[in-house]
Amino acid sequence: MTLLALDDLSVSLRGRDIFTGVNARVEAGEFVGLIGPNGAGKTTLMRAALGLVAARGHSSLLDHGAAERARLVAWMPQARDIAWPVSVEALVALGRVPHLPVGRPLSARDQAHVDAALSAMGLDDMRRRTATRLSGGEQARVLIARALAQDTPLLMADEPIAGLDPANQISTMQVFAGLAAEGRAVIASLHDLGLAARHCTRLMLMGEGGLVADGPPGDVLTPDNLARVFHVNAWFERTPHGPVFQPLEVIG
Amino acid sequence: MMRLFVTLAALVAALFIASLLVGPARIGAVEGLRALVMGGDGPVPLVMREIRLPRALLAVMIGLSLGLSGAAMQGYLRNPLAEPGLIGVSGSAALGAVLAIHTGLSAAWAFGLPLAALAGALAGVMLVIALAGPRGSSLTLILAGIAISSMAAALTSLVLNLSSNPFAANEIVFWMMGSLADRSISHVGLALPLMLAGWVLLLPLGRGLDALTLGEDAAASMGVRLSRMRLVLVIGTACVVGAATAVAGAIGFVGLVVPHILRPLVGARPSRLLWASGLGGAVMVLAADLAVRLILPERDLKLGVLTALVGAPLFLHLIYKTRRELP
Repeated sequence: MTLLALDDLSVSLRGRDIFTGVNARVEAGEFVGLIGPNGAGKTTLMRAALGLVAARGHSSLLDHGAAERARLVAWMPQARDIAWPVSVEALVALGRVPHLPVGRPLSARDQAHVDAALSAMGLDDMRRRTATRLSGGEQARVLIARALAQDTPLLMADEPIAGLDPANQISTMQVFAGLAAEGRAVIASLHDLGLAARHCTRLMLMGEGGLVADGPPGDVLTPDNLARVFHVNAWFERTPHGPVFQPLEVIG
Repeated sequence: MMRLFVTLAALVAALFIASLLVGPARIGAVEGLRALVMGGDGPVPLVMREIRLPRALLAVMIGLSLGLSGAAMQGYLRNPLAEPGLIGVSGSAALGAVLAIHTGLSAAWAFGLPLAALAGALAGVMLVIALAGPRGSSLTLILAGIAISSMAAALTSLVLNLSSNPFAANEIVFWMMGSLADRSISHVGLALPLMLAGWVLLLPLGRGLDALTLGEDAAASMGVRLSRMRLVLVIGTACVVGAATAVAGAIGFVGLVVPHILRPLVGARPSRLLWASGLGGAVMVLAADLAVRLILPERDLKLGVLTALVGAPLFLHLIYKTRRELP
């Protein structure tokens, strides 16, 4: 099932083209890593797909009204905003807002989604803590749990693992891969190409004002693409421990 | 949560009754309440129904309005320093009232002043909406509000400056301090429909304000229509603050301090803070209006002066407490 279809999507801001002519389909079961250098338009592509920034072309998510869209796709922005000192559990429960009729408290089913999201991100012991007093990495995990609690077929996250420790980076990637395995889809922008190569089923490489490559990690992380878009070379092997990718040095 | 609601509601009820029983006319508690309910002839029912009841009702209505709109404004702007006056409605309502006093309209017709204040509030809110634009962020709303407030304050000063009649200038200064003394039941009738409309607009914002805890982008992706929400917030706040200023003058600090005090008691959830802050505002204004009658009964201490005198130190204490909690 196609969860996201982008047709000839282009965005220009203040007269400057951020990217042009992006076509892509994301199917259920895919964990898509959105990669590319700083300023390549990863965030803007996701925001345009969600209708948060004006774009030309078409995103299938915009065929639905705002309320219905919130039940189809969850969005975790890069800015980790937590405005008020609410408890971790209350913050994660905000993910249920699109599913609740106005003024209705959380049902047992809603609570079950909140509990599952807290467990998935290893936050069971923190549920009573005040979210604003947590460390940056802990806050990121709480915000991922919030997006998980929204329980949508598609999850889009902007640099979700930035600032997490290695164990939490790996387990977050495993959570996302698990969502894909159970028939949902995840699109996450990532800068750690090693983790992207190991966990994602597909990579979309942005650069040069558009989508440069789109496919399985092995087909996207070619020496040529890496040199052209990232200006690095890298060591990439299939090992008994799975695919291992390590950028090596900057090339002119 | 239920306990907080019951406590605040009980406080409102107790202070409301106390407000009915305090005044310069010496009326016994039982006698006064019986006259209020049963009516009858003579001065006692008249005092209870025409003087004390409107005053107590207005205190509840204005407190509820200021507390509720303060909590909504802080929730929308995600800033604990926001207050309902920020969008310039109280300033422009005050300008309308001051013009009514200056031109003699208020002396010629009892409703000249409140209606002029409402006209000022309407002009102010329309300017703010036009300036802030249909889309745009919360920042443009703050800037537009500050611009309108400053303009209204400057024009108010100009009226005072050019006032050739010292009595009118005196009246303007006293009116601007805010008071509930000598208001009639028709003031209640004038303010209530607008305030009801404002409450109906503001109370359902809770869910969107909760989502805004995560930032504007996340809230929008959760189905919150931000531009619509901002319009509802501005119109709702204008209704309640415009009506409050029209009948009672400027009463500061309630919309700023009350949400701040109650926030820890509702787990900082903006939706719960809305009603808690409304009740808390009613408690604060009722208590302050009782205090002005008890502390200096013969000197006509102004309500707005007292709320600021109590509110500012309370606010300083809160800032000090917040500062200690920082690392």
